[in-house]
Amino acid sequence: MEALIQALQSQSAFFSQFSESLLALIFFVLFGLLFATVAAVCALVFVYLERKVSAHMQDRLGPMEVNTEIPVLKKIGHGWAQTLADAFKLLLKEDIIPDAADRRLHLIAPFILFAAVIAAFAVMPFGEKLVVSDMNIGVFFVLAITSFSVIGVILAGWASNNKWSLLGGMRSAAQIVSYEIPNGLVVLVIVMQVGSMRFNDIVIAQSGGILNWHVFQFFPLNLIAFIIAFLATLAEANRAPFDLPEAESELTAGFATEYSGFKWAIFYLSEYANMFLIGIFLSALFLGGWTSPFGSLFGGFFDQPGWQPIWIILKAVAIVFLQMWLRWTLPRLRVDQLMYTSWKVLTPFAFVAIFGVGLWMLL
Amino acid sequence: MNYFDLTFYVFAIGAVVSAGMMVFSRNLIYCAVGLLFALASVAGIYVLLGADFLAATQLMVYVGGIVALLLFGIMLSVKFTGVELRTGTLQMLPGLMIAAGLFLLLVRMVFRTEWAVNQPGEMLPTTSTIGKRIMTDLLIPFEIASILLLVALIGAAYMARRERT
Amino acid sequence: MMAVGLHHFLVLSALLFVLGLLAVITKKNAVTVLMGIELILNAANINFIAFSRYVDTDLDGQLFALFVIITAAAAAAVALAIVLNIYKQMRSVNLDEADTLAG
Repeated sequence: MEALIQALQSQSAFFSQFSESLLALIFFVLFGLLFATVAAVCALVFVYLERKVSAHMQDRLGPMEVNTEIPVLKKIGHGWAQTLADAFKLLLKEDIIPDAADRRLHLIAPFILFAAVIAAFAVMPFGEKLVVSDMNIGVFFVLAITSFSVIGVILAGWASNNKWSLLGGMRSAAQIVSYEIPNGLVVLVIVMQVGSMRFNDIVIAQSGGILNWHVFQFFPLNLIAFIIAFLATLAEANRAPFDLPEAESELTAGFATEYSGFKWAIFYLSEYANMFLIGIFLSALFLGGWTSPFGSLFGGFFDQPGWQPIWIILKAVAIVFLQMWLRWTLPRLRVDQLMYTSWKVLTPFAFVAIFGVGLWMLL
Repeated sequence: MNYFDLTFYVFAIGAVVSAGMMVFSRNLIYCAVGLLFALASVAGIYVLLGADFLAATQLMVYVGGIVALLLFGIMLSVKFTGVELRTGTLQMLPGLMIAAGLFLLLVRMVFRTEWAVNQPGEMLPTTSTIGKRIMTDLLIPFEIASILLLVALIGAAYMARRERT
Repeated sequence: MMAVGLHHFLVLSALLFVLGLLAVITKKNAVTVLMGIELILNAANINFIAFSRYVDTDLDGQLFALFVIITAAAAAAVALAIVLNIYKQMRSVNLDEADTLAG
């Protein structure tokens, strides 16, 4: 980021009249907005993908109708414009707020959740130089910022003045807080091996081909760590099989029951953006990030800077597909089974992984 | 003004306004939300002071833990009559006088003392230094802190359990 | 306005301390008093870290602030458990009504 600003200032007379800090501020805001837009667009694509994936897994076709009249785009077919149509519908829907609900809290709760998820995109490495802010505490920052989502969920449940919403909100908050513990512990496993919390350091430590990826090192402890991380982040995003707080058949959409129109779209969007965030987070930590799996096989062709975003987005999409696959395959866990899994299964295994890897590294 | 000053004023005004909302609001949930934004602004101030690890710890422990705990505590300790929570204040005027007097005293002391200020160096990452100091010089406080947390965990879980009558 | 230095951080810390103190001495609800205590601890933390940056050469202030955060978390957990117990006994968390030592 600083290199970009200095290059701009030295090369063009227009930019050098502004102070460096002003340019830095503008660029931070612009890049942040760009990444937020990318995340939101990805969320729209993933909504469509989920409908198609779930449909094909259930031996049906999914959305096939919605299309445009533009000739080139019409050929794509398969109902690709379904999400656009849904987005328009949600924007135009009436925003109903219950009479006895708290108006201000009802308004800010979805935005706290959305802001927490989008803010974590600021440290995600899309390439070696394509990071908005390459912090020294990158991984820790992601863990800290996603803990804001607890507050958003509790406030959404409370502000609706509805018993189902309150129950759903409190259950969801308990779930997110419980699963933050195994999540943080297995992230510690990776940070121990690399010696740094910066995302680019972690990714560069995995360069050199598929066998250098963290998920295949220190076998099988890192694999256990990857599975624990996958399950814990799945539970933090309220995805099945941990989606009791928003179970349609039991709590009538949980904490988001009284939301309609644009605010509900924000909840929905932040859930899918969270899935994409988890995809990038896990692939940067365990699956090699933006490095190619071929290593030096093709003479380093796939290591060029142009290929780096493609690799990490491919890996992130693979993880998102895995999440969708799990949703439509496994039944939902009960709330006591959920708590049991976190405290009595995932946390002890995470401790075993930390202890094992620490011992292995010393010997 | 450079953007260090601008960021400081943004976070400082955010912290003070949120703390004011916490103190002077009648609705309990608004107090908790005010505390939330005050603590988040204080985390921003920590970043300005070069304490990056501590800022992330503050966000994780205070916002993700303590404010959520306080919100649960508020929601579990109210009588559900459908009325929103209101809390009154006692004797606001003497309280304000004491608070203002103490504030003026502290500010006068701050501006009168000759602090031994060194010019601050560049901001280095603090995580490895904190880790090394905790494992060498401050090992005993670290262990006592972990025992303290264990005792608090067991004690709070025991005290708040449901009675099996 | 002069450039932001040590004094700005100390005045901010004093302001937050005084607001927290106001919450502790004027609020009736026990949970709100707890919130005031958390604010006071945070103000003290800002003080520690500001001195660690502008006066100290080492990271002593930041380490002390870390231990303050840990202790504040433990204190908040235990205090909330006590508040819940008071609510179970008295059906109200008004601190003025919690004035019996027996039972």
